[in-house]
Amino acid sequence: MADKLHFDLVSPERLLMAEAVDMVVVPGSEGDFGVLAGHAPLMSTIRPGFISVKNGNQPEFRIFIRGGFAEVNAKGLTILAEEAIPAGELNAADLDAKITDAEEDLRDAKDDAHRQRAQEIIDQLRQIRQVL
Amino acid sequence: MPSLKQFRVRIASVKSTRKITKAMQLVAASKLKRAQEAAEAARPYAERMERVLANLAGSLLNNPGAPKLLSGTGKDEVHLLIVATADRGLCGGFNTNIVKLARARIEALLREKKTVKIFCVGRKGRDQLRRLYSSLIIDTVEFTGLKRIGFAQAQGVAKRVLEMYEAGEFDVCTVFFSRFKSVISQEPTAQRLIPANITGGAKADELKGASYEYEPEEEEILQALLPRNVTVQIFKALLENAASEQGARMSAMDNATRNAGDVIDKLTLQYNRSRQAIITKELIEIISGAEAL
Repeated sequence: MADKLHFDLVSPERLLMAEAVDMVVVPGSEGDFGVLAGHAPLMSTIRPGFISVKNGNQPEFRIFIRGGFAEVNAKGLTILAEEAIPAGELNAADLDAKITDAEEDLRDAKDDAHRQRAQEIIDQLRQIRQVL
Repeated sequence: MPSLKQFRVRIASVKSTRKITKAMQLVAASKLKRAQEAAEAARPYAERMERVLANLAGSLLNNPGAPKLLSGTGKDEVHLLIVATADRGLCGGFNTNIVKLARARIEALLREKKTVKIFCVGRKGRDQLRRLYSSLIIDTVEFTGLKRIGFAQAQGVAKRVLEMYEAGEFDVCTVFFSRFKSVISQEPTAQRLIPANITGGAKADELKGASYEYEPEEEEILQALLPRNVTVQIFKALLENAASEQGARMSAMDNATRNAGDVIDKLTLQYNRSRQAIITKELIEIISGAEAL
């Protein structure tokens, strides 16, 4: 087996994961990307969606994250999530609440840039809601 | 010499005080555990955020187009001080220490003829600062009644600060809070929030000579990351503060409990002495009365 990738997943409230894994697929704001050990340094924003972690023979582990940042350097991958919930614990009611929140943000948005960003978030959340 | 009754009343009163302080100590101890866990759990995020930011900022700092949150407004005239304290007292020198540090800074800034604005988070800090600098306080936030500080509270504070910054109401922002070192030691700390404090990014050898790829553009990432960093640093400060407050209260109440115990011992000793003295006196009276017959 090739080298493992060191993967840190942190949210403001806690450190969710810090372990060596085979591969992580991250929903970057400009498209999903997979990270394996030895990836070139990269920094990307993340759109709301699922990251999936693959490790050996274990089943793929999926975590819902609501935006954030990913940084890849020689040490490994670090994801700074605004909010992270393991897929199994995610439920429709929570997601609906988040959509309502996002819609409020849209109403509060002052300029076009903010408004566009809020609209994107709503769209992505709705998509996820449908999948669920 | 007070009468026996007075002694009994005083002993009873100190005993009930001891019960209260003991209870407060136990409550603080159990809250401390939770607050400490929360503070420690939040540290990795804040630390990594700082590191990521430092990595990014290094390449952009001298760029004239760098965001204002990173490079500052170019002036150093108006200072916003966020003073984070507790909403409750009875926690030893906790609030006073933070306020003392903030006061030293305020005095220094005022001597340099800078404009100072104070943003109080927590009631006790406001109460102490209001006596001296009531005209400088622009706003106060209280979290009374909240069981624990959540990210939403930090977001609320950060939003206000960022709005004021965008409106050009201040140039430099510093947050004052107490860093939780251990249960018996909390360190009042001043941390600069705006312009972002960037020290110690990834060293060149960590990247093995490669440079970062950015997705989307560096500027766009920074635009999103910087406000977020402010929120996270405020959140961290609030959590550290919450843990420090409980730690400070616990040791203050522990001291109070022990002191009450000492006072009770002393009073009991005096009580017994004067009781014996009274008995002896009565005996002497009886005996000398009998002898006189």
